[in-house]
Amino acid sequence: MSETADPPVLHARALRKEYGKGEGLVRAVDGVDLDIRAGETVAIMGPSGCGKSTLLHLLGGLDRPSGGEVLLNGRRIDNLSEKALARMRRTDVSYVFQSFHLMEELTAVENVELSALLAGCSPRTARRRAEELLDQLGLAGRSKFLPSALSGGQRQRVAVARALSNEPLVVLADEPTGNLDSAATLDVLQLFDELHEYGQTLVIVTHDARIAATADRMFSMRDGVLIDETRLTGGTNGKLGALVGLED
Amino acid sequence: MRQEVVLAMLAKEPSHGYQLRARLREALGPLGDAMNAGHIYVTLTRLEKAGLVAVEVPADGADRSDRKAYGLTPDGQQRVAEWIAEVSWPKPDLAEFHLKLVAAASAGLADPLTVVDTQRRELLRRLRDAQRAAMAESARSNAALLLEGIVLRLQADLRWLEACEQNWTHRRSGS
Repeated sequence: MSETADPPVLHARALRKEYGKGEGLVRAVDGVDLDIRAGETVAIMGPSGCGKSTLLHLLGGLDRPSGGEVLLNGRRIDNLSEKALARMRRTDVSYVFQSFHLMEELTAVENVELSALLAGCSPRTARRRAEELLDQLGLAGRSKFLPSALSGGQRQRVAVARALSNEPLVVLADEPTGNLDSAATLDVLQLFDELHEYGQTLVIVTHDARIAATADRMFSMRDGVLIDETRLTGGTNGKLGALVGLED
Repeated sequence: MRQEVVLAMLAKEPSHGYQLRARLREALGPLGDAMNAGHIYVTLTRLEKAGLVAVEVPADGADRSDRKAYGLTPDGQQRVAEWIAEVSWPKPDLAEFHLKLVAAASAGLADPLTVVDTQRRELLRRLRDAQRAAMAESARSNAALLLEGIVLRLQADLRWLEACEQNWTHRRSGS
């Protein structure tokens, strides 16, 4: 019932993005339909060059489609003016990137409060909210650190705190574990799990199976097309022993 | 589980069955839940018959089975030493899946890419379960280390599936 009652937070129909023309025409995104509901974690997996980053940019209004439509909370965003699009990017969607994109000369808390300040928040409110977020993400003692003094996992935590500071409808993450070692990857997986528990809607594009496996649903993308959908919840509990030879 | 495992868990000191189970559970974490308690007692009985363990009668002389402590005999110690030194590794059955793809494609039984997708779904679900279990363990525990092994193997399997997919996609478009 609720699946049909709740309108999707993100809705894409027949979405296309083409580059070049004639012989050199590249269909980076070639007719994608996608519905993402509130509180869902969705992963889009595919090899590099399959179009998954382009798709993410279209979903978040960083790039305009060649065809099709994108609706965020029921409102079309593919045909917004530049000004309206910029406002939407400040308030409704947030990005987490592989390379963190933190300002190296700003401290952790300054990085986090920046987007709230840009969205028109008072400095005092922005700082309080930023401190709260860093606290929640386990970085309370490091709010005055520069990014260079933080580990990879901690930097990605700061980037996630920044992404949450404007209370976005949806967080879009592009290879969030791409630059991290195994332990830091587990740290980020745990963080995304917490966001999911908290009800944050998340779309993650990745080629890392570990992060894709934390999603509720996973799509495989090839040559600009979503070719396979997998629901990952309700998995194989109790059979883990079979994987180490403890059970048949 | 091989009986040498049970034998080796007794090497530290003679133990009751329940102590042995607790030791295995500590080393295996949530994976130990799958362990069949009856299987351990059956194994202990077999090891006793084979002369590899001996029952140490408790000081009060009671002969209740749950009070029995098992310890290694010299033969048992010898067997454990051999087992520790032995090189063995579980064999993942890649050939079976590989041949499934070959047979499916050559006889037109199924699209190999569909077979790959189905397999990937299952592996991703297992990866999800293993990761969730790993996240619930403290970082340096025995169980976390074992679960990391599962996660890494599943990642390797998933990478091989990617290679299968690319290869079969290529063959299909090439033919």
